Amino acid sequence: MLTLVVGVGNPWRGDDAAGLEVADRVRARARDVAVETLEGDASALVHLWAGHDDVALVDAASSGAPPGTLHELRDGDGTLQAAALRSSTHAFGVADAVGLAAALGRLPDRLEIYAIEGGDFTLGAPLSPAVARTVDELATWLAGAGMCRTTDVRRPPL
Amino acid sequence: MAERKLLSGPLARVEGEGSLHVRLRDGRVEEVRLEIFEPPRFFEAFLRGRAFTEVPDITARICGICPVAYQMSSIAAMEEACGVTVPEPVRALRRLLYCGEWIESHALHVFFLHGPDYLGYDSAFAMARDHRGIVERALQLKKAGNALMRVVGGREIHPVNVRVGGFYRAPTRGELASVVEELEVAREFARESVAWTAGLPCPDLEEDFEFVALRAPGTYAIENGRLASSSGLDLAPGEYAEHFAEHQVPHSTALHSRLRGGGQAYLTGPLARYALSGDRLSPTAREAADDAGLGSVVRNPFKSIVVRAVEILYAVDEALRLVDAYEPPDPPAVPVVPRAGTGHGWSEAPRGMLWHRYAIDEQGTILDARIVPPTSQNQARIEQSLATVVAAHAALPDDELQHRCEQAVRSFDPCISCATHFLRLEIERC
Repeated sequence: MLTLVVGVGNPWRGDDAAGLEVADRVRARARDVAVETLEGDASALVHLWAGHDDVALVDAASSGAPPGTLHELRDGDGTLQAAALRSSTHAFGVADAVGLAAALGRLPDRLEIYAIEGGDFTLGAPLSPAVARTVDELATWLAGAGMCRTTDVRRPPL
Repeated sequence: MAERKLLSGPLARVEGEGSLHVRLRDGRVEEVRLEIFEPPRFFEAFLRGRAFTEVPDITARICGICPVAYQMSSIAAMEEACGVTVPEPVRALRRLLYCGEWIESHALHVFFLHGPDYLGYDSAFAMARDHRGIVERALQLKKAGNALMRVVGGREIHPVNVRVGGFYRAPTRGELASVVEELEVAREFARESVAWTAGLPCPDLEEDFEFVALRAPGTYAIENGRLASSSGLDLAPGEYAEHFAEHQVPHSTALHSRLRGGGQAYLTGPLARYALSGDRLSPTAREAADDAGLGSVVRNPFKSIVVRAVEILYAVDEALRLVDAYEPPDPPAVPVVPRAGTGHGWSEAPRGMLWHRYAIDEQGTILDARIVPPTSQNQARIEQSLATVVAAHAALPDDELQHRCEQAVRSFDPCISCATHFLRLEIERC
């Protein structure tokens, strides 16, 4: 059962807030799911998910796909590293943190990584309508997944 | 010798984008250029016309690793321009925030950027598989630094609580007490880290550096001080430009800085601070440095990793002392009324001295801004060191020589993003 949702992003950069917005919506809808947000250094992820064995992480993406597209990325098949969820040459990105956690043997048993394609990363901009729709759908789906104790296979509304 | 030219991909584990060009003729070093092709960032230009109160938030954006350094140097300059001296509790809280940045930034560099070089790994991830305890410890140290940044600064990266005159809100004693346990654990980790770094296999190299760093009475200078140097400079922030000159070189979008009169290259950063203020470390940090066999001056740039570990220990120790003595500044900020004039400010960023100068008008509008980051100051000296490293290891095959050069560049922890960003290495043998 999903026990933790981590939203990653920057609240002040338009669609980069998608992950944070999903986290906020899950928090409002599902009491059984812990919710954390991360605006800064992704190296903190190893500590954030300690004790959780079923985790969903949501970030924004900028790959050239249509805004609102939901990507599901997996550690190990190359999609995560290729997506390289980072927009800084400085600190740890999500892919770095996942790689490090894997090397340390500190990945949750189940880690799903979703990235919502953004269209507008302008300073102070609201979510684009297409991104806001995907945020709502994913949040609804994750909030439901938290209560679902039996199903083994979860697929998001891709 | 047959003509050889070596090109490599981007050099990893440095902050920003640049490349290193090395030309050898008949085994002799002909030229070493640290090429910085990061696009110019124009911060100084777009500060013009902004309000004097905006400098901490705007300049913090120059760097995601050392935003506090930019905040502290910029507000010091504005406070000087406006003739304001902040009360001691405000200064102490600034120093505490700065300790968080030193811990976080140095832990990143020591364990994730530079440490893998010494053990033959090409990344911290590869190192993590074999040295799990070390990397776990590094993450704990970073976490402690981040916690301090969050509690004092409002958030970990680009803190939002700093203003000209003080802070928007002073944390309560209880809020600061929440980080004590984490810092105490970090102190033990930091002590072990000094011993770990001291035991790393280290290339021999002794260099004659002209060290330049802030020095403060009775304490290891961080947030302020006077500028000292190996050759005896003793300067106030307003005197910096009389003694140091920035100039352009064709291969870099960052300016080079040299001493006026002779044009000597110099070094700022951990080695300089340690040489000029090592007697002012806390007893715990001093003892760890002595146990590590550092002596009073470290002239081997490859040993800078040990000095950084000592500085992590010092910053943790100092943070604990400041938290213990903490009295919330009340009010959290003193009023600052603008007046026409010029102000200068500096502080010790993790990578070295960071100098700011602003001219403002009577409304506090910024007329002119100048920012001299540590990597700019160190560039010329880094090139000089690299020439020595290449000369000493010219017999090595290209791949080993390249590795040694990369390790040397990383020992200076250049923040190319600050100075203007990725390092690519090019070795030309002709």
